[in-house]
Amino acid sequence: MEFSYNIEGGNFSRAGSASSEVKKILKQLNVNPSVLKRIVVALYEAEVNVVAHAYEGTMQVNIDPSVITVVINDRGPGIPDIELAMQEGYSTASPEVREMGFGAGMGLPNIQKNCDELSIESKINEGTKVTMTTYFN
Amino acid sequence: MEPFYHALKVAPTACIGCTHCMSLCPTQAIRIQDGLATINKNACVDCGMCLKSCPRHAIYVEQDDFNQIFNFKHRIILLPTVLFGQFSEEITEQQIFAELHSMGFTQVIEVAQASGILTKAMRNYMQKNSHDRPFISAFCPAVVRLIQVRFPSLIDHIIPLKQAMDLAAIFARRKYLDQGIDPEEVGIFYVTPCAAKIAAVKSPVGDDKSNLDGVINLDFIYNKIQMGLTQHRDQPVTPVSEQTYLSPESIAWALTEGEASKFEGRCLAIDEIHNVIDILEKLENDELTDIDFLELRACDHSCAGGALAVNNRFLTIERLRKRMETSEKINCTTQDDIQQYESYLFKEGQLTGEIPPRSIEQLDENMLIAMEKMQKLNRIMGVLPQIDCGACGAPSCHTLARDVVQGKAKLNRCVFMQKILCREDLMTPDESLELSEKTWGLKRFKE
Repeated sequence: MEFSYNIEGGNFSRAGSASSEVKKILKQLNVNPSVLKRIVVALYEAEVNVVAHAYEGTMQVNIDPSVITVVINDRGPGIPDIELAMQEGYSTASPEVREMGFGAGMGLPNIQKNCDELSIESKINEGTKVTMTTYFN
Repeated sequence: MEPFYHALKVAPTACIGCTHCMSLCPTQAIRIQDGLATINKNACVDCGMCLKSCPRHAIYVEQDDFNQIFNFKHRIILLPTVLFGQFSEEITEQQIFAELHSMGFTQVIEVAQASGILTKAMRNYMQKNSHDRPFISAFCPAVVRLIQVRFPSLIDHIIPLKQAMDLAAIFARRKYLDQGIDPEEVGIFYVTPCAAKIAAVKSPVGDDKSNLDGVINLDFIYNKIQMGLTQHRDQPVTPVSEQTYLSPESIAWALTEGEASKFEGRCLAIDEIHNVIDILEKLENDELTDIDFLELRACDHSCAGGALAVNNRFLTIERLRKRMETSEKINCTTQDDIQQYESYLFKEGQLTGEIPPRSIEQLDENMLIAMEKMQKLNRIMGVLPQIDCGACGAPSCHTLARDVVQGKAKLNRCVFMQKILCREDLMTPDESLELSEKTWGLKRFKE
């Protein structure tokens, strides 16, 4: 089953709405609560990343009975050094974004911790593609 | 799994199937069938929203027969503090205690006496299990049930301790036993401000059996006390053996902020069930971080807004604040005898069982079937008008679509579908009327 959502860059008031929709679907599909929790944490972090850093993005969700794959594509500045961005506490978020309680530099490491497979591809000044996979069992 | 016990009932003679309750129910547990509201037992959390919204007073709370108290030699009544808030300021606590004695109770205990010990036990639990933050109080049984049915992934956040009413009952039973009194002769009854507390007594969650022998509705006891006060108007107040002092913290316990104000860190107090759902959604979405404690209550203004409360909730709170002011002036040094049982109550106050998830969100246990049903549901949503008119007897197009994929309803219950089918000559006007009669009852369509 496939679902797709748009993510609006810079609109913090709606940050998390796509993840929330995916959560509602997973609850209806009887996904184990602890697995659900991990997926939602990872999705929320990834969605907030797009809102905080990119101009726009999409979240494409593919669910089959054993696995969920989510691809988050954005048009934005890209990540110059992915390895550095994966370190806890590293952040390029502006002071304004931090003031709103986002951008503590825990995003990517937290996504890593809360999914089974993660791949990040990025091109400077073009955008970033985050692919995460989590198995239900 | 055993269905929940529910105290909320629909009176068929009074219900006109008007949809007020159906559209407000926070778990979409109500449908209209044959002109009557029907409550789905697996989804209902006993929040009492339907009772409060019913313009015909057709939803009521079932209660035990009052005279069963006389099956016991020692008859103890446990009171919620909001009971005192039902009366005007001129009526003293002593008068209320005296009336309860005169109607047959041998001892009166205020549940809030146990709140100090419960606060300590909650604090201990939170210190020992700091990784489970934010903690959710188990104070409101409707909230615990709500989490079970709609937010099962948050069950681990609930502090697994018994309620203050249970602690008060355990204390009373033990005290009588220590005095050499046969436990069989002791009957303990709780006055409830809501349906959820009754349900928690009849089928306790996370506990093998209830510590109470029966429940009495707050409105019922209110009437009985008022009656007594009128009859004894010209007589001096009979002195009572119990002290009627309660600390200001204990009086505030059942009001909003009563728990949240007691603990360290970031504590939030949220009342009214839709507000509670909002915050639980946020918590489940991982949008809330760094919160230590959540006090969540189903009723607007907590127990003062309970479905069985008689007085306006703002007046109730005002009356309780006055009692707190009076209590602050009294320097009470004598210890409640409940304090002597503190360590015993710490031990007995733990929940013995698990709080099981009982999700109503899932379309099927089996994920493959759930996925098929979801695809079907999405297709149905594409043809429904999505105006949530309720004319099919379900609260929204989405709930009708859910009912259809679960085999509980037919799509042609939708009046828009019926119009389309009639236009295409696939349904006669008589057949359409018959369907409406099924939902709204035969009576509605008689001339």
